[in-house]
Amino acid sequence: MASGGVYSRIDPMLKKRDDFEDMLEERRNSSDVKYALRCYSPVLYKGLSPCTPGELKASVLQSHQVLYIIGQVSRETGRASDEVVEEASAILEEMAHSQQLGTVRFFAFVLSKVFKSLFRSIRVNEEGLQRLQQTIQDHPVVLLPSHRSYMDFLLMSYILYTYDLTLPVIAAGMDFMGMKVVGEMLRMSGAFFIRRSFGGDRLYWAVFSEYVKTMLRVRTILFTGFLQNGFAPVEFFLEGTRSRTAKSLTPKLGLLNIVMDPYLKGEVFDISLMPVSISYERILEESLYARELLGVPKPKESTSGLFKARKILSEDYGSIHVYFGEPVSVRSLAEGRVDRSQFNLLPRHIPQRPGEEVVSLVNDSAYRLVRAQEENMVLQPWVLLASLLLQNHHSQQQKNHTEGATHHHSTQEQGLNPGITLEELTAQTTWLRDLSREYGAFLHWPEHTSPSDVVSSSLSLHRGLVSVCEGRVQLATEQAVGDPSSGAPPGPVSPEEKLLNRAVVVLSCASYRNQVLHVFLRPALLACAVHAASSTNKQDVFNSFSFLRNMFSNEFILCPGATVQDFEEACYLLVKTGALQVSQHEVLVTESGQRTVAFLTNMLDPFLQGYQVVCRFLCEEASESLTEKQFIPAVRKFIIKQLLAGRLRYTELLSSDLQKNALAALLRLGAVRKIKGVQPGTLQVDNLMVNSLEDTLGGKLHTQKAAVARL
Amino acid sequence: MATNSGNGGSDRQRVAQQRLRIIAGHLRRPEDGNSAILAAEECKGHVSEKTDASSEGKTVPRRRQEIMKWNGWGYSDSKFLFNKNGQAEFTGKRYRLSGMIIPALKDWFEGTFGANVHHKSPATPIVTSSAVQPPNLNEAFVEALKSTGIPFSIDAEDRLFRGHGHCLNEIFALREGKVGRVPDLVVWPNCHDDVLKIVELACKHNVCLIPYGGGTSVSSALECPPEETRSIVSLDTSQMNRILWIDEKNLTAHVEAGIVGQDLERLLNESGYCTGHEPDSMEFSSLGGWVSTRASGMKKNVYGNIEDLVIHIKMVTPKGVIEKSCQGPRLSTGPDVHHFILGSEGTLGVVTEVTMKIRPLPEYQKYGSVVFPNFEMGVACLREVARQRCAPASIRLMDNTQFKFGHALKPQVSSLFTSFLDGLKTFYITKFKGFDPNRLCVATLLFEGGREKVLQHEKQVYDIAAKFGGLAAGEDNGQRGYMLTFVIAYLRDLGMDYYVIAESFETSVPWDRVLDICRNVKARIVYECKDKGVQFAPLSSCRVTQTYDSGACVYFYFAFNYRGLSDPVHTFEQVEHAAREEILANGGSLSHHHGVGKLRKKWMRDTVSTVGLGMLKSVKDYVDPDNIFGNRNLL
Repeated sequence: MASGGVYSRIDPMLKKRDDFEDMLEERRNSSDVKYALRCYSPVLYKGLSPCTPGELKASVLQSHQVLYIIGQVSRETGRASDEVVEEASAILEEMAHSQQLGTVRFFAFVLSKVFKSLFRSIRVNEEGLQRLQQTIQDHPVVLLPSHRSYMDFLLMSYILYTYDLTLPVIAAGMDFMGMKVVGEMLRMSGAFFIRRSFGGDRLYWAVFSEYVKTMLRVRTILFTGFLQNGFAPVEFFLEGTRSRTAKSLTPKLGLLNIVMDPYLKGEVFDISLMPVSISYERILEESLYARELLGVPKPKESTSGLFKARKILSEDYGSIHVYFGEPVSVRSLAEGRVDRSQFNLLPRHIPQRPGEEVVSLVNDSAYRLVRAQEENMVLQPWVLLASLLLQNHHSQQQKNHTEGATHHHSTQEQGLNPGITLEELTAQTTWLRDLSREYGAFLHWPEHTSPSDVVSSSLSLHRGLVSVCEGRVQLATEQAVGDPSSGAPPGPVSPEEKLLNRAVVVLSCASYRNQVLHVFLRPALLACAVHAASSTNKQDVFNSFSFLRNMFSNEFILCPGATVQDFEEACYLLVKTGALQVSQHEVLVTESGQRTVAFLTNMLDPFLQGYQVVCRFLCEEASESLTEKQFIPAVRKFIIKQLLAGRLRYTELLSSDLQKNALAALLRLGAVRKIKGVQPGTLQVDNLMVNSLEDTLGGKLHTQKAAVARL
Repeated sequence: MATNSGNGGSDRQRVAQQRLRIIAGHLRRPEDGNSAILAAEECKGHVSEKTDASSEGKTVPRRRQEIMKWNGWGYSDSKFLFNKNGQAEFTGKRYRLSGMIIPALKDWFEGTFGANVHHKSPATPIVTSSAVQPPNLNEAFVEALKSTGIPFSIDAEDRLFRGHGHCLNEIFALREGKVGRVPDLVVWPNCHDDVLKIVELACKHNVCLIPYGGGTSVSSALECPPEETRSIVSLDTSQMNRILWIDEKNLTAHVEAGIVGQDLERLLNESGYCTGHEPDSMEFSSLGGWVSTRASGMKKNVYGNIEDLVIHIKMVTPKGVIEKSCQGPRLSTGPDVHHFILGSEGTLGVVTEVTMKIRPLPEYQKYGSVVFPNFEMGVACLREVARQRCAPASIRLMDNTQFKFGHALKPQVSSLFTSFLDGLKTFYITKFKGFDPNRLCVATLLFEGGREKVLQHEKQVYDIAAKFGGLAAGEDNGQRGYMLTFVIAYLRDLGMDYYVIAESFETSVPWDRVLDICRNVKARIVYECKDKGVQFAPLSSCRVTQTYDSGACVYFYFAFNYRGLSDPVHTFEQVEHAAREEILANGGSLSHHHGVGKLRKKWMRDTVSTVGLGMLKSVKDYVDPDNIFGNRNLL
C-alpha cells in the first residue's frame, strides 16, 4: 500500500528533450537523384563490416542451435535429417532479408518524392541520431520504433540512410509478403518476414531466433579470418502490429526476449535498445483504422491496394516527428535481476525455457520501453482539441438524450446551436495546454503564434473530422464521411449505417485523443478512483485505484507491479496542480480542482462504460456456446442495439479494440474462461463475478467488497 | 634457441650444463658468485643421504631483505626505470633484459596510460621500524621455542616481509609506508621434525600459525586476519630446501617443501632431471606453496599440473602427520586424501616433504611463434590443437594489446640488419598478408622432447595454425614472450612509480566460452573504470595461457592511471571485483591456479555449493579444531 512517504519524483515538466530539425528541407532544395546516389559510408559496430545476406543464412543453417533442433526433430519424427534441413532452409528463404544498397537508394529517391508531397516536414532530433551513431559503434543496437502506420519502417530506413547511419534489418509481419513486388522490394531494403504465429513449431522458432541473434553477434569466418558484424541494427516493433487506436499496445515479448538473450548468454558485452517515437500529425490510415475497428474487414495488403492509395498523395498530412530516445542498455536492465551464471551448466545451443527472472525482466523492460516511446511522442495541439471536442460531443449528446428521450440520435436534427464556440474552444485548449505541460506532455505548441491561430490551423488540417459553422465547432458526424471514393449515391440510409458513419468520425477523433491519454492516464485513474471510492479515506481510494488499474491493464500501458508507484505519481501530479489534497489518510478534491477532475474522469468514462457494456453483454446475451471468434460480432451487435436505443452514451464503444481488451481483462481476471466446448475457444462466463465487476465499474459496488480480493 | 645434445646420453653432466643454460635463458643470467649459504644443517634424525647438489647454495636466505625488495617484486638489484634521457632500462645482471635500453617503452607507456615520465609517484624509500607495530608475543611459546634451538626472529623487517603477498593493495600500501597487522614472530624450521615441534608448541600455547613459502601469493592469503587476537607466528619454510633423495628407477624425487622452483630445477638438472613444473613465479614460489594452492606450470601439457606431479605428501597438522603408506601411482582407497591438502591454502597444516615425479631432461627444446590475423582465429587454432591433443609443452596466445606491449619491450637492437629484418617482417605481415596491426595477435610456443619428435610436432602445429591464417613468426618472438613472463611483475613496480596501478588475474573456462569471456571481461574492466571515474581509458588485455581437452586457462591484465582518484586502491578493488563477477557470469571459474585466499572467499559458496563448503569445513573442524592454522583463507 502507498505509504504516506514523501514522493520524490523528478518533475515531468523538467524532462529535458532535444530539438528537432526538418530533414525534408534539404530535400526540397537539392536534387533527389544526387541524394539517392550519394556516397553512403556509415560508421560500423567495432569498425566491422556486416556479412552478406547469403553468409548470414549459411551461418544460421550451420549454427549449433539450428543443427541441434534439426537433429531432435529428425529423431523424434523419424524423418531423414536432410529433409528437415531442407525445411529449415525453406523457412530461412521465406524469412530472410536480402538487403542491398541499390534498392535502398531506389526507395530513398521515391520516398523523397512521396514524403515531400505528403508531409510539410519530417522533423527528427539530431542529437538522438548522434547518440545512435555513438551507440552503433559500441554495441549491437536494436531499434524499437512505435508503430502507427505502414510508413514507419520505410521512414526509419529513410532517416538512417539520410544521416549516413547503418541501415537496420527489420522484422516485418508476413502479411506484407502478400504484396508480390512490394514485398520483395521491402525484403531488398532490409525487411525480413516472420509468421504471425508459429505456436509449437520448434524448427521455425530455432531458425527464427538464431537468425535474429546471429545478426547481433560478431562472428569469425573461419579459414579467411575475417571478423564480421552480424547485421545490427535490428529493428522491430514492440507492439507487434500497428496500433489502430494510436494508443500504445501492450508489448509483445517474444522478439525482445530473443534480442536480450545474446547478452544473458554472454555472447555480447551489452545490447542497446533504442526506443523511437514516431508521431504523425495526421495518420495516413486514419479512417481506414476506424473502419477496421468498426468491423469493416481490413483490406488484405496488396500491391494494387497500395497504388489505390495514390489519391492519398494529394492530401496534406502535416508533419511527422521522430524522436530517437536514450539508448537503454540490456546490461543495466538485467543488473541485479538475472544471475547469468545460471546458463553455465547447459550448453548454450540447447534451447532453454526462460526462467522466472528472465520472463519478468523481459516483461518489465518491454513496458519500460513502450513507456519511453510514449513519453517522447510529440503531441500536436490537435490532440488537445480532439479531446475537448469529443468530450463536448458526448456531453451534448447526453443533453439531447435527457431532454428529448424519445428522439434518439436527434442532436443535429434539432439544430439547437450544436458545437462549441471558437473562443470557448480556444480558451479550453489553452487551459488544457497548460495542464498537459504540467503533466509532462511533449507538446509541440508553435511559439509566437496566438492560440486562436493555432486552433484554427489545427482545425483546418483536420477539416475532415470537424465542421465549423457560424463560429461554432463540432465533430463532423453529420457529413457524408463515407468512403469518398465509393461514390455511393446519397440515398436513404438506415439508422445503423448512419450510426456507423458517425462512429467513423468519432473513432478517428478518438485516435487523436488517445495520443494524449498516456499523459493523463494515472491522474485520470485516480480521479475516477476518488469518484468511485466509498469514502475519501486514502486506503479506499487506493483500493479503488488499484481495481481500476488492474481492470485496464490490457487497455493502457501500465507496468505490472507498479501500482503503488503509479498511485504516488498520480497523487503527486494532482496535488501539484492543486486538484487534490492528499493527507496521511485522506484524499480530497479541492474546489479549484473540480474542473481538472471532471475533465480527467470524462476522459476515462468511455472506457468505464465500455467495459460495463461488455460485462452486461456477457451476462445477458452471451449464449452457452459463444466462442472467442464470435465474441466481437456479437458484442458489436449488442452495442449497436443499445446505442440506437439511446441507452449508451459513447459511440466509440463500437471499437473492437476496446471490446477485445475488455475480454482479455476478464479472461485474465478469471471472470471468463476459455474452455474446449463444442468448439475450441468457447467462452464460459462466471456470471456472478462478471456482474460484480460490472457493478464495481459502475460505482454501484465498492472495491473492498467486490473484486479487490482478486487483485 | 634450439639446443641439441650429444646423442650418447651418457654425458649427463653436459646435458645438465645445457639445461642450465636453457633455464638461464628464460630466467636469469648464470652467476658466478652465489649468495651466502645460510641453510643450516643442524637437523637431526634425518635421512642424510643427500645428493651432492643439495649442499649447494640456495637462492633464498633467511633474511630475504638481503636480496629482495621489501615493497615490490623480486630482486633488489633488478628494476625498470626511466633514465635521465627518459629511456627505459632494466637494471641488474640477472635477466636477459638486464642492463638493456628499451627504447619504445616510454612512448608506449605514456600513450597507453596517459602517464608522463615527469609525473612521479615515488614509494616511501625505507620502512621505518616504528611503522611496524611491536610484536604481540606469547611468552610461554617463545620460551619453549627457544629451547628447541630452531631459529626465529622478532625483527620488524623480518616480520614485515612475511605479512603480505603481491596483491596490488598490499604492495601499494607498502609503497606508502603503511603497514597493517604483521606476524609477531618468524620461525625458520630446518626440517620436518622442526615443524612437528613448532606445531606442537603452537597447539599447546594457542598461537596462530601462518605457513610462508615464497611469498608470491596474489590472493591475500598471507594477510594477517585483523580479527586475530592471538600471537601470530609466521612459519617460513624457506630453509627446508633440500632434495632428500632421487629415485631413478621410479623417476621420483623426495624434496623438502620449502624449496623454490628455480633451485629445484637447477639441482635436478645437475643430475640430468627436471620436474618440468614451471609456474611463472618459479623463481620465488615454493613447492609447498604449489601444493597448497594447486599450482599450474606453463609446461603442464607435457609434465602435468602439480596434482599430477605429486606422488606423496607429508603434512604436519594439529592432529598429527598425514601421509599415505605407499607410493603406488594410483590408489582406489576412497576419496584421495591428497586432495584435502592440495589447495588447502595453509588452513590445515604445513606441507613439509613431497615426493614428485621427475623426468630426464629433454633432449631438445625449441621456441616458436605464430601471428594470427585476429584473436578469434588464434583461439580457434588453440582449440583445434587441443582437439587433436597435440599441444606443445607450452602454447600461449596474447591478444593485440599484449602483442603491442611485447613490441614496446623490445630491447635496443645492436645491428642495423636486425632492425631491417624486423621492418621487413612487419611489412610482410601487415601489407603483404593484409593483417590489421590493430587486430593481429601472436601465439608463443615451446616444444620439448626428442629432436625428431620436436621437429615433427612443430610441423603439425604450424600446419594447424596455417589453417587458421597463422603465419610462423620465428623463434625470437616466442622466446621473448616467455622471457617477458618473468619481467612483467617488475613492470608493475615501474608503473607504480608513475601513477599507474596494475594487476593480473586468471580463470579457466570451457572452450565455447573463451572468446566471450575474453571480450566481456575486458569490456567490463573498461566500463567499470569509466564508471568509477578513472580519467584515462585503462589497459585491459588478456591471454590464453593453457589449453585442456575441454577448455582453457585465461589470464587478464589490467592497469590504469590513477591520477585524480581520491582512493585509487578502492577504485581498483571495485574494478577487480566487478571483473571477477563478470568472469563468473560468463562461465569462468573462480580461479585456475592462483587460489582463493581471502580475496575471493566470498564466492566460494556459490562455487562449490553449500554442501561442498560444508564438507571442506568439516575437514577443517576435524583437523584443526582450535584454528591454529588461522590464516582464514578459503573458507
